Amino acid sequence: MRSSGPYDEAAVVLVVLLTLAVGSYGLRLARTTSDFLVASRGVSPLLNASAIGGEYLSAASFLGIAGLVFAYGADMLWYPVGFVAGYLVLLMVVAAPLRRSGAYTVPDFAEARLGSAAVRRLASALVVAIGWLYLVPQLQGAGLTLRATTGAPAWAGAVLVAVVVTVNVAGGGMRSATFVQAFQYWLKLTAISVPLLVLVSVWQSDGAPDLAGPQGPVFRETTTLRLDDPVRVQVLEAVTVRAPTGDRLLAPGRERLEAGTYVFPAGAAVPHVDRIEAAAGDDWARPLSGAGGLEHPLYATYALVLATFLGTLGLPHVLVRFYTNPDGASARRTTLFVLALLGTFYLAPALYGALGRVYVPQLLLTGQTDAVVLALPRAMVGGLTGALLEALLVAGAFAAFLSTSSGLLVSTAGVIVQDVLRGSVRDFRRATVVAAVVPLVLALAASRLPVGVVVGLAFALAASTFCPLLVLGIWWRGLTAPGAATGLVVGGGLSAAAVLATFTGLVDGGWPASLLAQPAAWTVPVTFAVMIGVSLATKDRIPADVGRTMLRLHAPESLGLDRRS
Amino acid sequence: MTSPRTSAVLRPPGRPALRALDEQDVVGELLVRSLVRAQLVLALRLAAVFAFLLGGLPLLFAVAPATRDIEVLGLTLPWLVLGVLVYPALLAGGWLYVRLAERNERDFVELVERS
Repeated sequence: MRSSGPYDEAAVVLVVLLTLAVGSYGLRLARTTSDFLVASRGVSPLLNASAIGGEYLSAASFLGIAGLVFAYGADMLWYPVGFVAGYLVLLMVVAAPLRRSGAYTVPDFAEARLGSAAVRRLASALVVAIGWLYLVPQLQGAGLTLRATTGAPAWAGAVLVAVVVTVNVAGGGMRSATFVQAFQYWLKLTAISVPLLVLVSVWQSDGAPDLAGPQGPVFRETTTLRLDDPVRVQVLEAVTVRAPTGDRLLAPGRERLEAGTYVFPAGAAVPHVDRIEAAAGDDWARPLSGAGGLEHPLYATYALVLATFLGTLGLPHVLVRFYTNPDGASARRTTLFVLALLGTFYLAPALYGALGRVYVPQLLLTGQTDAVVLALPRAMVGGLTGALLEALLVAGAFAAFLSTSSGLLVSTAGVIVQDVLRGSVRDFRRATVVAAVVPLVLALAASRLPVGVVVGLAFALAASTFCPLLVLGIWWRGLTAPGAATGLVVGGGLSAAAVLATFTGLVDGGWPASLLAQPAAWTVPVTFAVMIGVSLATKDRIPADVGRTMLRLHAPESLGLDRRS
Repeated sequence: MTSPRTSAVLRPPGRPALRALDEQDVVGELLVRSLVRAQLVLALRLAAVFAFLLGGLPLLFAVAPATRDIEVLGLTLPWLVLGVLVYPALLAGGWLYVRLAERNERDFVELVERS
């Protein structure tokens, strides 16, 4: 993609300025450490739910899901379903008890429940690990989006996002983050739905071309394509294209396209980048068809469902927002609003992915599937309207990078300040800088990994550590500190090993690769088993005050317990 | 300074059930256990319903592949369910859970305050 003129830059600048302005509104209100960590627990359900929505809808949701649906079809619908269903599980299992625990962070909860400093330190290390694993793709995605739309170098977007969120979070902590994120949810919802309404009406006035016919994707019209880098592609049907070196016949099979400008004739089947297998439209629309070259789709589907259903309730930056509610009942109400807000948002991405098959199939050739959302307005509408709609989507994508990064930064800095530093407001600011610099360096140094994949792994890590800790800690008296610690080490170790093996490409193809790419299906049950088994073997370590803790977690506030939090 | 308090102090020590809860004697512990059990059973029941409805879908598509092509309202079944219907269903499930969980809590408070 090339620069579309001043609108995209203006959109990014506007989002950044609005973010700083809204954040400084919170800044005037933030004074105490409690303000910084949990906004002094005074956040109303709708505001808090908007903030959770704003923080949760990351680049993976705004750009990534559409890209995955575009490339791999119906199986990818489980991503948004899992992202929302995770909140139903969270509502039923942790929302109210966690708020009633009176803790500030997951490590606080672990320490209060199990009376163990060791478990606390493990939990803290995991919060930081999940936070950084989640931050890296956000920063990298920001760099790529900025480069794709405005032509700025890739590091610029990452640095820009890191600086803006550090300033905001260090300035106003959770108070600022709450307003910023709530504002960004509504911005993102507007940014994804307004262009979609226009695009769908264009599609209809086009005679509603079939989105899932028996054919594979074809070029609708003569398409000029500029490749910045060489690409290896699979060609399905022989086609003569105008290449930089003159007319060239692409024969079925593997071909290498050098950088340069290519012209494809109308009606030609779209060659696919090597890693995505071409699929006919009707196969693409069917779940479990293995469209796009997905291996073991049934296993992958269940593993994905487990990771997203259970990972959500272990994401520290989501959990920390539940501590900002005034009481357990409002924590539940907040979650209900979240279900509504997220459900509304997630109606959109799949439609972008489907429209992309018809209108921007060339992204299957370049492999830039994450760009499908941003590319559609200019391909379908064009002109000034198209440019403005694209700018709106760029604004939404940037809001996604900013809000998710702020949330991750608040929770990571919150843990660092409590466990490493002393806990004053100045320490919180120092912790914020540390929490932002490390992932920024990683994002600039590490090679680029697909947003959806990395975020999926962060979910898997959360699902196989904090999910068992919280579920057992809240509902089972028998959990002991040694059981929890062993479980965290085993679950964290196994999923971290799977993450590393996937990143380094140690195993490719076949069952082992599928098991490592989607580890939750086996790491979650293993962790539960380890926690329960070790706890049963160390019954003498059940905390003496477990009955009191259970009372505190589950009794409604109206009973008249003085919780002193 | 910011670590959580671990003790729950009860304000009016007059009522016996409240005192039992506070001191966690046999009665108090039974009361708490019954509340936790009621809430757990509720969560597990609802989770089972959704696990059956949602978790059964991939299996249905795998066992009876023809179900993937059934057309309803211009959409195929997987897209209608996973793209649209699932979201209001999840919201309804959440709403039902909140209603029932709060009823369990009201029952618990009544039980404690009546005694």
